[in-house]
Amino acid sequence: MILVWLILILMGGGLLAFMLGQWNKSLPRWIALFTLFAGFLGLLSLWIEQYRFTNTWLVNYKTEWIPSFGITFHLAIDGLSLILLTLTFFIGILSILSSWSDIRDRVGFYHFNLLWILAGISGVFMAMDLFLFYFFWEVMLIPMYFLIGIWGSENRVYAAYKFFIFTQASGLLMLLAILGLYFIHGNNTGTFTYNYFELLGTVIPEGTANWLIAGFLIAFIVKLPLIPFHSWLPDAHSEAPTAGSLILAALLLKTGAYGIMRFALPLFPQAAINFAPWLMLLGVLGIIYGAILAYAQTDLKRLVAYTSVSHMGFVVVGIFAFSELALQGVVMQLITHAISTGALFVIAGILKERLHTRDISAMGGFWQQMPKLGVLSMVFTMASLGLPGLGNFIAELLILLGAFRSNLWITIFATAGLVFSAIYSLRIMQKVFFGPKAGSAPISDLNWRELSILTSLTIVIIWLGVYPQPVIHTAKPMVKYIENIFSGDASAVKNNKLLYQMKTAEQPNKKETYVSK
Amino acid sequence: MSASDFYALSPLLLLAGSSVLIMLLIAVRLSHRIIQISSLLLFAISLYSTVFTADILPYRIPPLLIFDGFSSFITALIIFSSLVVNILSYVYFDEKEESPKEYYVLLFLCTLGSCVLAISNHFVSLFLGLEILTVGLYALIAYLRGRNHSIEAGVKYLVLAAFSSAFLLFGMALIYLETGTMNFSEIGERLRTVDNIPVIFITGLGMMLVGVGFKLAIFPFHMWTADIYQGSPAPVTAFIATASKGGMFAVLFRFFASIQGFNFPEIITILSVVAIASMLVGNLLALRQNNVKRILAYSSIAHFGYLFVAFIPRNAISLEAISFYLLSYFITTLTAFGIVTLLSVRETDAEDIGRYKALFWQHPILACVLTASMLSLAGIPLTAGFIGKFYVLAAGLQGGFWLLAIILVLSSVIGLYYYLRIITIMFSKEEHAEIIEKKAHPGFYVASSAALVILTFVILLLGIYPDAVIKLLGGFSMS
Repeated sequence: MILVWLILILMGGGLLAFMLGQWNKSLPRWIALFTLFAGFLGLLSLWIEQYRFTNTWLVNYKTEWIPSFGITFHLAIDGLSLILLTLTFFIGILSILSSWSDIRDRVGFYHFNLLWILAGISGVFMAMDLFLFYFFWEVMLIPMYFLIGIWGSENRVYAAYKFFIFTQASGLLMLLAILGLYFIHGNNTGTFTYNYFELLGTVIPEGTANWLIAGFLIAFIVKLPLIPFHSWLPDAHSEAPTAGSLILAALLLKTGAYGIMRFALPLFPQAAINFAPWLMLLGVLGIIYGAILAYAQTDLKRLVAYTSVSHMGFVVVGIFAFSELALQGVVMQLITHAISTGALFVIAGILKERLHTRDISAMGGFWQQMPKLGVLSMVFTMASLGLPGLGNFIAELLILLGAFRSNLWITIFATAGLVFSAIYSLRIMQKVFFGPKAGSAPISDLNWRELSILTSLTIVIIWLGVYPQPVIHTAKPMVKYIENIFSGDASAVKNNKLLYQMKTAEQPNKKETYVSK
Repeated sequence: MSASDFYALSPLLLLAGSSVLIMLLIAVRLSHRIIQISSLLLFAISLYSTVFTADILPYRIPPLLIFDGFSSFITALIIFSSLVVNILSYVYFDEKEESPKEYYVLLFLCTLGSCVLAISNHFVSLFLGLEILTVGLYALIAYLRGRNHSIEAGVKYLVLAAFSSAFLLFGMALIYLETGTMNFSEIGERLRTVDNIPVIFITGLGMMLVGVGFKLAIFPFHMWTADIYQGSPAPVTAFIATASKGGMFAVLFRFFASIQGFNFPEIITILSVVAIASMLVGNLLALRQNNVKRILAYSSIAHFGYLFVAFIPRNAISLEAISFYLLSYFITTLTAFGIVTLLSVRETDAEDIGRYKALFWQHPILACVLTASMLSLAGIPLTAGFIGKFYVLAAGLQGGFWLLAIILVLSSVIGLYYYLRIITIMFSKEEHAEIIEKKAHPGFYVASSAALVILTFVILLLGIYPDAVIKLLGGFSMS
């Protein structure tokens, strides 16, 4: 039930904020903050409680939704989902705080949208019914569209359209693939269902499987984004308000990677192997291309946006290496990228609030005026370039180690990408905080709110860099499972369905166990 | 005719009787208000009668009429649409016309015609229903005589509808020539005895498709749509978009099912081309429009193209998919035109897209209603339109029509653009000039808004929990 509550409090909190926002401007902020805190604490306690166990599936909730189609309201989480959910609520809290003072009009509607995006994202991380998954996948789009389209900067309408049409078009192709899978499974077995666990191991002719996985992958790599589908991202990121950029970078992009790991790979293992070299190639192109473009930007937010393209290239390379090491790196990369890039967007937002520009050439020499911001920015740019001791280093190192065995040349070029990331990261520091002083107007340093946002992010990124074991431990069953599918052990592929059912049956939490038919 | 015949026919008899009754009420010079309310009640009674006659289904009145789950669902849907149109009409017409009372008579007659189409199983009843509907519509479209666009639209519709009726009749005649019968089921039986579809039959079918296609406004017979949607009074546009098309679509589906058209590759090819072209043309033409009524006109072309994706396979879930899609499309369209109606002022309808600028910040409820209906038309989850589109895709894919499904998906992505455009404009920040408040009839204004809000809730309910309706539709059969 906790899973349903997570979604319900977000949606309910959103509605409440919307309604009360008519009368009171600050109430919606507090409602949103309280809602997210409650969810965050709930998830943390769940994590601590479940940490001892090594089950694949931690919590399970299933009820009928549209039985005529075989659609169930089925939520379940494993370690990977739990990590990403916790991240969602953590980033959610920070996004509320980061827009605490710069959103002044339509506060209620703003927080409604914010909470509903988070509800959609949480749903995506929990849904174990493909229809439900698609449902949540789309639910997060509309509020995001509003967030960009109403509270964005000058070119917001164009960016909002572009974001929406890219993601919706690719999502609909995924819907076709879901329907195709549904009918193939139904015709094979006689049971028409969207249940993930039953669809696993469906026997699909190889040609068809290639088309179906293409439908899934297109939705996921547009979200991720992988070149050549990345062009919505710089626009959406740079036009969105700070909280919007934060959520886009830290959470929305992660749903793509999650989707590949959760759905595309286990459902169509053979087809995934067919696609792997090409996707790795695109991934490595993304790493280098994103980094080069990041270096060429003068708009601070666009710069950070292109670094996302580069970092997410690592994620794709890691996923399609199919090795445990690389996959652990991917999970780490999802979190550390969320933290470091999210922080860079927050910093860009803070600078924009003070300077009313995102143009790097109008900045310079801010170290004297804003030493606190300077120090914290240094931490995150260093994280972004992969300095040992900070989380991103662990992530990228694991990915490269894992990918090394599966594809040497791809790994070599991906490693070269790290050099580029050093170049663009240092450029941020150089242009913004050092060099000749731009303008003489006094700029205030961080206030307590901004300081607390960035400090909490700093603590997390250092923690992940020094002691990543909790994340690795929690993600292990899922990662191990994916590796088993691809380890060439035919029985693993054949038995993966059974494996799931056995593991879930052993769960300590009997009330909410997944009951296999 | 036996007593049970009358019982089965009661919704239609009630509609016919209502039109006479309203005429009498007009004769004794009752006020607009009383006539509106009594016609509302009469619509409600006929709607209810479709529910209580459901127990004798399926029922036939040979050779013309047939009552089964599908036909009575469509009948109920048509009457419901007219009822909503009726609610919306009062505020709209009262400030524009001296005496808009005859409007209600015509509304009843058009509804009757559309219902006859939905239950007909014979060319004669088809043509009869079509003419009752069309003749009434000529007058309804040109009802606001003071407006140039209205007269233009009325004449245009008159010429084109007469033209298409001629085609329809000729087509029927050719089919009669080939098969020697005008009853759908008998035509189907004759056709089953031949191996190849006769040339005269296919010619006749093609000509019938001209007539039917004109009414449904599918490609390539869609040219009139935008002008007539724009020229008609907003409530009449809502009627044209829903009730008048529903009956025609139902009879087309019945005919297609009776002759088992899905067995003939020629017919499948023709319909697939029509469907693909409608989806693409409708959505592409809507992109550059700045008039909300015209946008909705082009979007209706696309939506009927979507319906054909479920229609062509004619498999187990086609019937449900079509019923569900019609239901969701009707409710959504009524809601959208309802907002257009409510925002219209004495001189012009609220059709210019600029009229909707910053609507959300002035009339949040109306804007939310319109947003919900736009999202539903675009097929976004949480709304009825999504489940409808999903259903249609499922029907198409189950029949293996991948090309149609992919075109549907791609064209609905194009469609997103103009639906989002309306939403974006409503949520834009610029303040608009003062909005003229409808103070004249606050009671009716509130009632209309309340009806739209209820419809919006239905849209959301169908989108979130469609199972009850799906179960109901699943019980339908077509005899």
